[in-house]
Amino acid sequence: MATVGHITDHLSGPEPLSLPTKLHEWVVTVDHKRLGLLYIATALVFFAVAGVLAAMIRAQLAFPNGKVLPPDVFNRFFTMHGTTMVFLVGMPFFAGLANYLVPLMIGARDMAFPRLNAFGYWMFLFGGLLLYFSYIGGEGLAGHGTAPDVGWFAYAPLTERAFSRGTSTDYWILSIILSGIGSTVSAINVIATIVSMRCKGMTLARMPLFVWLMLVVSFMVLMALPPLTAAQTMLLLDRYLGGHFFDTQAGGSAVLWQHFFWLFGHPEVYILMLPGFACASEIIPVFSRKPIFGRPAMIGATVAIGMVSVGVWAHHMFSVGMAAPSNIFFAAATMMVGVPTGIKLFNWLGTLYGGQIRFDAPMLFCIAFLFQFLIAGLTGVMLAVVPFDWQLTDSYFVVAHFHYMLLGGLLFTLFGAIYYWFPKATGRMLDERLGKWHFWLLVIGFHLTFDPLHFAGVLGMPRRIYTYAPGRGWEGLNLLSSIGVVFQAAAVSCLIWNIVRSLRRGAVAGNDPWDAWTLEWETSSPPPEYNFAVLPEVRSSRPLWDLKHPEDPDWKYE
Amino acid sequence: MSELAMNPTIAVEQAEWKLPDRGRVGLACLIVTEFALFSIFVVAYLFYAGKSLRGPTPAQVLEVPVWATVCLLSSSLTVALAEHALKLEEMAAFKLWTGVTVLLGLEFLRQTAREWHHLILDWHLTIGTNLFGTTFYSLVGLHASHVVVGLTLLLLALTLVVLGKMDGEDRRFGLLAWYWHFVDAVWIVVFTVVYVVGR
Repeated sequence: MATVGHITDHLSGPEPLSLPTKLHEWVVTVDHKRLGLLYIATALVFFAVAGVLAAMIRAQLAFPNGKVLPPDVFNRFFTMHGTTMVFLVGMPFFAGLANYLVPLMIGARDMAFPRLNAFGYWMFLFGGLLLYFSYIGGEGLAGHGTAPDVGWFAYAPLTERAFSRGTSTDYWILSIILSGIGSTVSAINVIATIVSMRCKGMTLARMPLFVWLMLVVSFMVLMALPPLTAAQTMLLLDRYLGGHFFDTQAGGSAVLWQHFFWLFGHPEVYILMLPGFACASEIIPVFSRKPIFGRPAMIGATVAIGMVSVGVWAHHMFSVGMAAPSNIFFAAATMMVGVPTGIKLFNWLGTLYGGQIRFDAPMLFCIAFLFQFLIAGLTGVMLAVVPFDWQLTDSYFVVAHFHYMLLGGLLFTLFGAIYYWFPKATGRMLDERLGKWHFWLLVIGFHLTFDPLHFAGVLGMPRRIYTYAPGRGWEGLNLLSSIGVVFQAAAVSCLIWNIVRSLRRGAVAGNDPWDAWTLEWETSSPPPEYNFAVLPEVRSSRPLWDLKHPEDPDWKYE
Repeated sequence: MSELAMNPTIAVEQAEWKLPDRGRVGLACLIVTEFALFSIFVVAYLFYAGKSLRGPTPAQVLEVPVWATVCLLSSSLTVALAEHALKLEEMAAFKLWTGVTVLLGLEFLRQTAREWHHLILDWHLTIGTNLFGTTFYSLVGLHASHVVVGLTLLLLALTLVVLGKMDGEDRRFGLLAWYWHFVDAVWIVVFTVVYVVGR
């Protein structure tokens, strides 16, 4: 038997790899596609963890005087939820998409620096593990605290040694510095790839919008992360060497931390959102059967968002008592962001207008994104009005606003992207029926959870309270919100089941299941290690359209 | 893909397809992000200038480091000479100029060490003494740590050349020279902020 087995193995190609060898290959890989998948898979695991934390938080808040979580655990949970979602889900998920797709879309065989790419991934992974290791190691030698409980923006001087004893805050600082280094090298890599590795004919004007947006995001990462790294370093110096950066008793400033943090934190919001725009800008045209409407305006609006976004940070700080001119400046700048964002929204609508729209799962998610993102943008402009912000800052209105942005906007495009590119990465389609279940359950769950929170905020419910007394008019709204979590959990379960099932039994996708126009659909699914046997040469922004329609190519008109 | 490649191409498309070197792009990005990092520490220094609740103050204790500055700035020239020599494959000249660069960098660090020694022992100024100490040591220290990294890389390049593993074709030394110029440029900012404006 052994001999026969050996012979058939020999005939059917190379011997199948043993599990350790396979795992070893994933560990030592420098292939941009594998690293991209590693990023995405890791981000999804952290997403599930952060989702469980959020579900526990909502369980605690479902009824007044809740007893599910004690207050100190509650503080740790919202800190870990926020930190995980921003640094370990949002950023790496799109680092993964950029890694996987940018070289394919610009007709390159790998990223500019493959080993640096692997370095970035492992920094991110160990940064994330370090954050969660705090649950075990956070007590440290001093015996105080476990996981960090200082909130995701960790206002100093509460994070100083006198108020945050033990090592939990240090875990938070170090893990974010580590994953920040990962994000920075990944951004450097994306820029160098886009600038230096494009295939022949891929001019900047012909580059897919996804690639354009990733280029802008990467520049923003380069500018936005250093303030965070610097502020974290200062905090470490304070905590361990007795520095006084944020020590108010020695003349240090509590507001300086806020400036540094939001100088990072607000561009960070756009760093998270723009990749969502990037996915929508690829998916909407393909499923409308029309080229994107107003391509140059889209690119211009993206660059404008990138530039304006570094000048709006202090709108997070209206209530700390800045001078009136500062308030006016930052309010005006914040409203200005609405202009390029509005341009984008109208361009997506213009793309839909008159198109032959196909309502497949990726498109459904993008259409929901348009509606929800609009509402999120409107509440954002409301919060930019200084007196309105004074009234509602640090209330559940703000929580509802940014969750509308990050869930209703970002997460929906993220799921759309999974449905859209899964066939390319695995060679198999995700199940459409399960996809529709996933979509509708998520829409219901999302609106149930976050629509009522706007009203709870207006009724005065502050964020970060671990419980509340009955009789303030918050009970019904909070209960509705918590019920929504059940639907969201069911929706995510549909996705997980869909992925597991489709990996084995999904319909075979072929190279180009969506009849799309960008280069990644030209190669096989999944792409070979070298991506393209012959490096492509492009003459328009829709190279595959030119290929499929030689009688009416785009390059005649561009 | 062959179909795409076989499309009749017009004259413009025939033009040579040349993109910037990825190493240079990558290093330029690194410099951008490092510059942003330094500017935060510079902002912190300026923000806290004169806000210390107790002494010593910069005016009391700081002396303008003329000799250290001359050393570091002239090392930009010597590293450029080394780069030029490497391109021409003049290895003796390369070793000489790289060696001089390393020595100038070391002398700069020695001056910094002397300054710190003086401040700590004679003035009892440490990072925990007051806001001036906190911001001074972190900003100057951040720069000095970049000098250390640059020196390590220069020594590595020198070793590679001595071992015959780097020649004029190698573009990495050019990138290292960029980095070294960047470290020098940052010193001009730090010098201006700490020893001219902040004093």
